[in-house]
Amino acid sequence: MIPFQYTRATDVADAIKQIATDPSAKFIAGGTNLIDLIKYDVAAPTRLIDISRLPLRNVEETATGGVRIGAMVPNTDLAYHPLVEERYPLLSRAILAGASQQLRNMASTGGNLLQRTRCFYFYDAATPCNKREPGSGCSAIDGVNRINAILGTSDSCIATHPSDMCVALAALDAIVHVTGPAGSRSIAFSDFHRLPGDTPQLDTNLQPDEIITAIELPAKGFGANYSYLKIRDRLSYAFALVSVAAALELDGDTIKEARLALGGVAHKPWRSSAAEAALQGQRADTSAFAQAADILLRGARGFGHNDFKIGLARRAIVRTLDQAARGTPQSISDKRIR
Amino acid sequence: MTHSGTAAPPRARIAEVPEKIPVTLSVNRKPAKLLLAPWTTLLDALRDHLDLTGTKKGCDHGQCGACTVLVDGRRINSCLTLAVMQEGTEITTIEGLARDGELHPLQQAFIDHDAFQCGYCTSGQICSAAGLIADGKAKTADEIRELMSGNICRCGAYPNIVAAIQQAMERS
Repeated sequence: MIPFQYTRATDVADAIKQIATDPSAKFIAGGTNLIDLIKYDVAAPTRLIDISRLPLRNVEETATGGVRIGAMVPNTDLAYHPLVEERYPLLSRAILAGASQQLRNMASTGGNLLQRTRCFYFYDAATPCNKREPGSGCSAIDGVNRINAILGTSDSCIATHPSDMCVALAALDAIVHVTGPAGSRSIAFSDFHRLPGDTPQLDTNLQPDEIITAIELPAKGFGANYSYLKIRDRLSYAFALVSVAAALELDGDTIKEARLALGGVAHKPWRSSAAEAALQGQRADTSAFAQAADILLRGARGFGHNDFKIGLARRAIVRTLDQAARGTPQSISDKRIR
Repeated sequence: MTHSGTAAPPRARIAEVPEKIPVTLSVNRKPAKLLLAPWTTLLDALRDHLDLTGTKKGCDHGQCGACTVLVDGRRINSCLTLAVMQEGTEITTIEGLARDGELHPLQQAFIDHDAFQCGYCTSGQICSAAGLIADGKAKTADEIRELMSGNICRCGAYPNIVAAIQQAMERS
């Protein structure tokens, strides 16, 4: 690995102070993505500021009936936390669909949001990549792009966001709390990640001198009717080709409210208010689900190897909504899709 | 957390190579005082500085699980953490599982069930399985397979690995 210095942050204020004085430094928490990026010469920080010991490890109820999750809560602890298992099982399932137990033990809640794409070309420093080296070109558009995006792409970048957890957080309307030199602010989850546009080097709207302190979940957890379905090249421990988070509030057979988010298809978890509105007031049946899928996938475009994702996503959306409506969420360990 | 917003200039390097720093680890219930470059991974510290070569370097990218060790009883990939970040934790490697000359039940179960061929992934499999049993989240064979998916066995000894873990689980 390339040489760098190592310091520890004593508290959030110290972390912000340290990063402000050293713009080529990076925060490290779980390290599961950053250390890998350094090994691949994709990231080259001169200093790592260890924030893993910051006292941001609580999962607590908020005054408004929601839950506030400290940014340093490991993914495993979050997935198995009683409040999350009971009230936000969609989030629990999504977390457990990602990575391996080793990685989930290490990875932090905040770091999960900030993990970078697994586009092959982003990781291969010998190839052009606008995300890694702005202006150098995109090797994926005309390259091997089976894993790449079909929605929200640009001429500069067709990378996807790799997280499963974030797909559930998007569907649940989570709020990201951040702190920087100018104080604290909160960012709606849908505004946190960016589309590539002509600045694909920017994954998120977090500023370089800001730190994520917590993720907040609103009270509504959709604990009765939800499912997270992940389609991948092997049955476990692989990134999504397509994943779907679906959550419904039902009144008998009628959909009162619907949430629908896709993973593996775009630079950020993909939602559409039109698709969700189209489900509202409808009978929870296949024709309504198919219509929502068509709206959510409006404008989808393949790049050759990944054309299959459009049809796959459509079928996965219908199936996941059906699982949610039936109250039979996709099992993590039983791989049959029913 | 990385700063995904900043495109780090790939070669904006510091002029001086940082000095080695003192790092105190607790490995297999023994303290170890080391002088390490800050970028030394826990895996390299164990293998190259403490001669604990039971922990294997497979992919070195968190994809194979051969480097799995236990930190405070939980399994992690030692290739993806810095040694210095593990100060104050209790690290257990495959060398620390046997007690008083007696094999750990998982080690015995792997022998009983012939749960390996080349053996390269075995230390990681056994440490991972120890973490799995401590977690208490797996009851069925399906659940064992899912929660052991971070450990790849290129020889394909998976059915025997699952059987070995089931045996150790029943006896724990």
